[in-house]
Amino acid sequence: MKQMTITPAAAPDPRKENPAMEQAFIQARGADVFYGDKQALFGIDLDIEEKRVTSLIGPSGCGKSTFLRAINRMNDLIPICRFDGSLTIDGQEVYDPAVDVVALRAQVGMVFQKPNPFPKSIFENVAYGLKIHGMTPSKSEMADRVEWSLKSAGLWDEVADRLDQPGNSLSGGQQQRLCIARTVAVAPKVILMDEPCSALDPIATAKVEDLIDSLREHYTIVIVTHSMQQAARISQRTAFFHLGKLIEVGNTKDIFTNPREEQTQNYITGRIG
Amino acid sequence: MINFTQDAGFGLRGRNKSEKRFQWAGRGAIAISLAFLVIMFFSIISTGLGALQQSQIAVTVDLSAEEVDPENVGDTSFNSLLKKSLRNAFPEVESRKDKKRLYGLVSTEAAFEIERQITQDPSLLGGPQTLWVTASDDADLYISGQVDTDLPEKQRRVSDAEIALLDKLMASGAARETFNKGFFTSGDSREPEIAGILSALMGSFLTLLVCFVLSFPLGIGAAIYLEEFAPKNRMSDLIEVNINNLAAVPSIVFGLLGLAIFLGYLGLPRSTPLVGGMVLALMTLPTIIIASRAALRSVPPSFKEAALALGATPVQAVFHHVVPVAMPGMLTGAIVGMAQALGETAPLLMIGMVAFIVDVPTSVLEPATALPVQIFLWADAPERAFTEKTAAAIIVLLTFLILMNLIAILLRRKLETRF
Repeated sequence: MKQMTITPAAAPDPRKENPAMEQAFIQARGADVFYGDKQALFGIDLDIEEKRVTSLIGPSGCGKSTFLRAINRMNDLIPICRFDGSLTIDGQEVYDPAVDVVALRAQVGMVFQKPNPFPKSIFENVAYGLKIHGMTPSKSEMADRVEWSLKSAGLWDEVADRLDQPGNSLSGGQQQRLCIARTVAVAPKVILMDEPCSALDPIATAKVEDLIDSLREHYTIVIVTHSMQQAARISQRTAFFHLGKLIEVGNTKDIFTNPREEQTQNYITGRIG
Repeated sequence: MINFTQDAGFGLRGRNKSEKRFQWAGRGAIAISLAFLVIMFFSIISTGLGALQQSQIAVTVDLSAEEVDPENVGDTSFNSLLKKSLRNAFPEVESRKDKKRLYGLVSTEAAFEIERQITQDPSLLGGPQTLWVTASDDADLYISGQVDTDLPEKQRRVSDAEIALLDKLMASGAARETFNKGFFTSGDSREPEIAGILSALMGSFLTLLVCFVLSFPLGIGAAIYLEEFAPKNRMSDLIEVNINNLAAVPSIVFGLLGLAIFLGYLGLPRSTPLVGGMVLALMTLPTIIIASRAALRSVPPSFKEAALALGATPVQAVFHHVVPVAMPGMLTGAIVGMAQALGETAPLLMIGMVAFIVDVPTSVLEPATALPVQIFLWADAPERAFTEKTAAAIIVLLTFLILMNLIAILLRRKLETRF
């Protein structure tokens, strides 16, 4: 098993050390999320930097997935779910009434916990987003873009000769990389990942982790994970959630070696969770 | 020593007994229902097979130019020609009453059959010809051996005198049984020996066509909207409860509704497959909606989520990814609904599809009847031969029902997406 192959960049917390610094790429201020009467997130203030991998960690039910799904407004699918506060991406308020969620989600992609390829061919899985957004007018452009996406997801060599086979004929890890290829095909700015490796075996997990690391160059990645080793391996920044509150955010290295908060310390040493 | 047998305690003896009891009760229930099914099929098929056989009688008709003008065949009275040839065959019959009895051996349609045969094959003209004509229903009973001669004459449909005549015909080889093609190629008739099922079959087909065209798009449209788009609130709960109730409403109520609205208010033509199909569509809609919603609900929500997360609009997500996966289930629901509609009688009675229809309908605006109504009408007729026709019509109806269910199963197998 590879361990800590990625050295997190040592960047200081911009918000705490330099309040006058320009706005972070994704910036939450006082973000509250309610499910009916129950409050799931309490005044989250969180900055997520561009072209970095940010992990959201914390025990089950701490609100990390809720926060992730607030970023591309997937929470809107739950009728009783309500958002208060501010969440901006590149300075644009996500919850502005003028925002079209379709435009938002086209630029903020998402990879789910369980690989969920469409029950269609591998090619169509990747081409679907391109088709609905009318991104590739010609067939050859479409094929090129699909190939590029599958290569980006490190899946091309494995599926090049069977693009017409159903997406769910692939193994679990391949399916998850197919889902990532599908997401990068439409060239999003941000990719949200909700425990993308929790249904995968260690070898498939390692491949997906390598992939995430290589995607960092072009995309801002926010990943929810239950595995602290994974957070340590792939992310530059880590945010620790507990009971709906953001306890601590910082460089991954600092969080895992020298957490400021006692709760963080307890969690990463396995005393709560 | 450790004991792993059922004597080890834990109340195992009693528990094992109740396991066995339940399994045997289940097997018993299946055996009983299967037995009734077998009895039903046996009785229907054994009765109905008779209707597939038809008795014919050979008559020698003089078709010389004196009797039939070759230039003007239509002017001939084939009826008197037929009677004459029957009289020639039985010179001993003299009294008026006996002659009437003799003429009654052949179907009232027999004269037309002779004319038809000549039209088809004019070379028959020119001399005496032996032609086969359909026997009357009573003669058919005797020829096919369904008359119990031990009974007193008064209790039979065939009198001793008729039996004597028929015996003579059979002895001379002038009576035979053939496959009753007419049953499938002609419409209803007052005479059981020539009554066929085609008009009812066509009526049922046209009615179901209208029913499907109306109820399938409406039903799956409503199901898709209710399941995927409608806000979940009191209103949608109320609608859901009402749809479930509608599915349980007796079908005759839909017939009354059709009578009041389609015939009374909209003034659509009575007795037509159009109105029949509309009424059956009303009746089938709840079934299709409920089945389609169940099919939609069984699609994993992850497909829709994935599409939405890619930036598909809700309608795109549903129509590209949910509906195709649910389609086999929705089709099955629709076909099951159609099969129900095919067997439905009561609502059709209310809108006048119970009429006596001889002509085979060719459009949805012509008066028609439907298979189950035809069965109902024939079951009501006093002639013994109509009992056979009734059973035969039931066989046809059941065949179509089984076929439709088979198609539903095959479609589901073929289209089912695995995930």
